Amino acid sequence: MTGVQFLFYAFAAMMVFCALMVITVRNPVRSALFLVLTFVSCSAIWLLMEAEFLAITLVLVYVGAVMVLFLFVVMMLDININRLKEGFVKYLPVGIGVAGLFGGMLTWLLYNVEAADLKTKMRTMYPPSAKPADYSNTEELGEVLYTVYVYPFEIAAVILLVAIVAAIALTFRRRTTTKYQNPDQQVSVKRDDRLRVVKMDSEEKK
Amino acid sequence: MEFIAAYLPSAMMNDQTISQLPLALPEIVMLCMASIVLIVDLFLNDKTRGGTYILSQFTLLALVVITVMSFTQQKSIAFHGTFVRDGMGDLLKIFVYIVTFTVFLYSKSYLKARDMFKGEYYVLGLFAVLGMMVMISAQSFLTIYLGLELLSLCMYALVALQRDSIIASESAMKYFVLGAIASGMLLYGMSMIYGATGSLELATINAEVMKNTDNIVLIFGLVFVLVGVAFKLGAVPFHMWLPDVYQGSPTAVAIFIGSAPKIAAFAMTMRLLVDGLHGLHVQWQDMLIIMAVASLAIGNIVAIAQTNIKRMLAYSTISHVGFIMLGIMTAEKGGYTASMFYTIVYTLMALGAFGMIMYMSRMGFESDKLDDFRGLNQRSPWFAFIMLIFMFSMAGVPPFVGFWAKLSILKAVVAVDMTWLAVTAVVFSIIGAFYYLRIIKLMYFDTPQETSAIEGASDLRVMLSLNGIAILGLGLYPELIMGLVISVM
Repeated sequence: MTGVQFLFYAFAAMMVFCALMVITVRNPVRSALFLVLTFVSCSAIWLLMEAEFLAITLVLVYVGAVMVLFLFVVMMLDININRLKEGFVKYLPVGIGVAGLFGGMLTWLLYNVEAADLKTKMRTMYPPSAKPADYSNTEELGEVLYTVYVYPFEIAAVILLVAIVAAIALTFRRRTTTKYQNPDQQVSVKRDDRLRVVKMDSEEKK
Repeated sequence: MEFIAAYLPSAMMNDQTISQLPLALPEIVMLCMASIVLIVDLFLNDKTRGGTYILSQFTLLALVVITVMSFTQQKSIAFHGTFVRDGMGDLLKIFVYIVTFTVFLYSKSYLKARDMFKGEYYVLGLFAVLGMMVMISAQSFLTIYLGLELLSLCMYALVALQRDSIIASESAMKYFVLGAIASGMLLYGMSMIYGATGSLELATINAEVMKNTDNIVLIFGLVFVLVGVAFKLGAVPFHMWLPDVYQGSPTAVAIFIGSAPKIAAFAMTMRLLVDGLHGLHVQWQDMLIIMAVASLAIGNIVAIAQTNIKRMLAYSTISHVGFIMLGIMTAEKGGYTASMFYTIVYTLMALGAFGMIMYMSRMGFESDKLDDFRGLNQRSPWFAFIMLIFMFSMAGVPPFVGFWAKLSILKAVVAVDMTWLAVTAVVFSIIGAFYYLRIIKLMYFDTPQETSAIEGASDLRVMLSLNGIAILGLGLYPELIMGLVISVM
């Protein structure tokens, strides 16, 4: 086993373990933290695959921004865990039944029916050749993103715009009773509006 | 120029993207206008909100003109195989604009009466239309998925727009969760097919599929893709969201969900199954038969038990989707033509039926119960007649256009030697005729619960009448639409 292989299996095992913990731990905060760990190990695997840009983005965007916000929300909401767990036992047999049936069918299909065909298929896919050290995959991504994938890229941008519009439309409520500052008036205020100098004669102490 | 060229990346030098931009003119205009509506709406207050409405309607009309002017039978693929412009796409897009225009017109007074006459309804509506256009013109898995997400996201938000209504929030949640599951299924299937063929472009995928039609990974992916498509179309057994969403969402949104997206969903099914996976048609034919028969059965039988007309129309949608699937199932040009004709006709009928609910509703009164239609003939004979046209047409009674739609599907099914399937469809249609005729009975032979005159805005009245006359007129001259559909397929 080479060093890279060892690292791959180590991170892969950690990722699977953490992903399992995300859905099994009781405390939602812990669950969110395990999700962070899943992302970190996933980004390590991507680094091993020489996808540096994706790995860094995953850490920056998902771990750094999305999950932190998510933790905030989880901490602020008072989630009643016992209520979430209601009906778990009731639905468990159905869930296990469906999952078992599905898993069994998949295994049967992939291993019995066409195992030979699948193996030849796998063999024809060669691993890509390693790139030199000065190869920038950020630059490559940028180049195809704005040329080959410019149309899907623009649609993705529109989806984000719609997400913003939808989020504001669903949460923004204009309250008529709220008091707010008007920066325009604050800035254009003059000395005379606030301060009045009153001239009067000094008085003697009695 | 040389100075600029020196700094451009090599891929851009040989790129056709700029010269291909005019092909996507309708999409570009739509995006620009939706953004303009979004900004203009900021400067309007509740009194001048009509400006947003007029601008949105103008956009849709302008798009009809643009698409008709640049209408092309020639199939041209652009933007590195992610976009396609062809006759089928153009025709479907034109109908999407017209249907959306009618939706906006019908829902104006409904929204005003419920304090929902906001810019967001129109902005999200226009972006949803953009999503449908992207889906209709999609030529790769990537664009199909992105278009679908753009459409769905707008729809989720529109359903939840009535924030204080518990039932609307509930149906928005259901719609969102089930829609997300469906998208996940679709993506999973797409990734399987990508793994087996090594491409996201439909044409390349089809070429690869032809080489090896027995590949188990492909069939595995096909199953998941089909599950996703069935979810979006609302076919049994993936139909459970439809009745809840139709009933729970405001009628102005239900009419939108029930009409234009069906055209886009039809286009998506055609692109995926016919353009991309035609090599697997032996497999997807069987799956479509099962779903079509189940949809016809459940849709028509369960609709009988409904007392809420929006819920009844949802089950009626499910049964119509069964018919649309039957046409695609034939895997023949005749079947595709019949399905496309059926889809267009269905959206026109659904528009009318929902339009009637909005015509009869007023402030604080939804008019979505069957009982609300009692004795409509005594209150408004003309609109009782219009509703009669819609119901007869949906049931498939000649001479209305719904009859021709059903007939063309049945013809196509018989043409591929599946007479038993055609007989099954006819039997379930006859069962379904019961609940359409029940509404007619309620309107003409029962006494009204209230005798007050129905208000209804004048533009709504005119459009609703036109809609009803169109169903009758197209029934007398079905070749008007049928000829168009045949010419583009």
